[in-house]
Amino acid sequence: MSDGQETSQQTVVALDALKEHYRLPSLTFSVPRQIQGVVLPAVIVAVWEALAHAGVLPANWLPAPSVVAITLLELLRGGELLSHIGVTVARVGSGFMIGALAATLLGGVTGSSPLVRRVLDPTLQALRSIPSMAWVPLFLLWLGIHESSKITLIAVGVFFPVYLNLLSGILTVDRKLLEVGQVFRLDKVEQVRRVILPAALPSYLVGLRSGLGLGWMFVVAAEIMGASRGLGFLMIDGQMTGRASVIIASIVLFALFGKLTDLVLERVGRGLLGQRGVEF
Amino acid sequence: MGRMGERRAALDIRGLRKDFVVNDGRVTALQDINLTVRQGEFISIIGSSGCGKSTLLRIIAGLETDYQGAAEFDGERINGPGLERGVVFQEHRLFPWLTVRENVAFGLGGGRENSHGESVREHIDLVGLTGFEQAYPHQLSGGMAQRAAIARALVNRPQVLLLDEPFGALDALTKIQMQEEVLRIWRAEGATMVLVTHDIDEAVFLGDRVVIMSSRPGTIKRIIPVDLPRPRDRGSFEFTHLRSAIYAEFFRQEEKPFAYAI
Repeated sequence: MSDGQETSQQTVVALDALKEHYRLPSLTFSVPRQIQGVVLPAVIVAVWEALAHAGVLPANWLPAPSVVAITLLELLRGGELLSHIGVTVARVGSGFMIGALAATLLGGVTGSSPLVRRVLDPTLQALRSIPSMAWVPLFLLWLGIHESSKITLIAVGVFFPVYLNLLSGILTVDRKLLEVGQVFRLDKVEQVRRVILPAALPSYLVGLRSGLGLGWMFVVAAEIMGASRGLGFLMIDGQMTGRASVIIASIVLFALFGKLTDLVLERVGRGLLGQRGVEF
Repeated sequence: MGRMGERRAALDIRGLRKDFVVNDGRVTALQDINLTVRQGEFISIIGSSGCGKSTLLRIIAGLETDYQGAAEFDGERINGPGLERGVVFQEHRLFPWLTVRENVAFGLGGGRENSHGESVREHIDLVGLTGFEQAYPHQLSGGMAQRAAIARALVNRPQVLLLDEPFGALDALTKIQMQEEVLRIWRAEGATMVLVTHDIDEAVFLGDRVVIMSSRPGTIKRIIPVDLPRPRDRGSFEFTHLRSAIYAEFFRQEEKPFAYAI
């Protein structure tokens, strides 16, 4: 990989030298590499803004980005936005905690005992094939429309990716490393603690990240289906009152917070795995 | 104790046989293996791939316990791994989440106090990795990683060090350097060494005796003593002569028609 980079860098250097030599006029815009990814969205927003102002886009369906920004500011000034955000983040947070904790315990147990795995895993795999939204009526019936049904739904969504990744991480631990543990006469508990768990960590972290992503997906579903607060409720409110700008503002906020929380996990993962020289 | 005193048998293998079950059938990997290794001796086991030499080493290491016949270490049947038998594998098999120091200290049990103990420091120094204690395996070259693996195997001060093609994955120059290092370590530690290799030069350079194995089923074909003083000169007449003799064990039939073809 680094070879390829070097080659391409050398090529770039060579091309620069050629350009210098023949004094070719530069036809490329020089955009710093770090922000090249921002160019396309920026262009889209600019075009969108221009089209909205030109009256090409119907303002009630697709309001201009500036209108969305103003809506966000107004919601923020009204004070209600922060409480909506707080409620949603709390739901994702507690659902994630519960789901990840249950998945870690069950994944750990099924991973370390073949007997438990044979008994438990088929059932869990079967439950996984139920579309998660199909749980909603049952959870509503059991737990009512309040927080617990929403948090349970999110926890179910978080559970499976964490469970599956942890289990596969444990089951695919390099046999060669296990043998090193054997050579040093580690007992079962030590083997798990000192070899299997650290070896399964990268896979577990991947599971946590995709679990968190699903948590954000499920909070939207839960809040759309019945809530009086939260970002999902805000979207429904915008739909009911015909304010597209509120819906788009909510989407932007979901994207923002989803990305932010993912970034936190990514940082944690890098901190834990950086020493191994693996990408995360 | 020591190579100077009476030479007790460290390893005693008699009538050893190992079968593997493959697709409902039995494949004999090792048959009628008889080998006695004296304490402090350096034994090279050489054979082409698939001759069962690694299986033999794994039985001595205690990683394969389902065998017939006798395999005894220090007078007791080998039923599993033991700290008195250190193993260095072909791949370094360092734990990627541990530093060099923590990897070397692995066999002493976890814990900070162990990884800063005298034995750890001493063995890191012995393999020439002082200054790299805090490095992680992915930051090391192949040769350095294998040095760390050797230190890890030695840190419990095993009586026997089992080396399973330890330099097979290294480049030729690093390999020669590592062979000399292993001799130095052997002298410093006084441990019995059993080295499995497919490199004739390496087997002759290192071993007090060279055990030649043949394939399917794996048997011991010959055991050749190497009575050359160390350090051995790879270019000397005696060395070359021994090397050709072992070479002939493997390629006796093919040699002549090839010569005529030229």
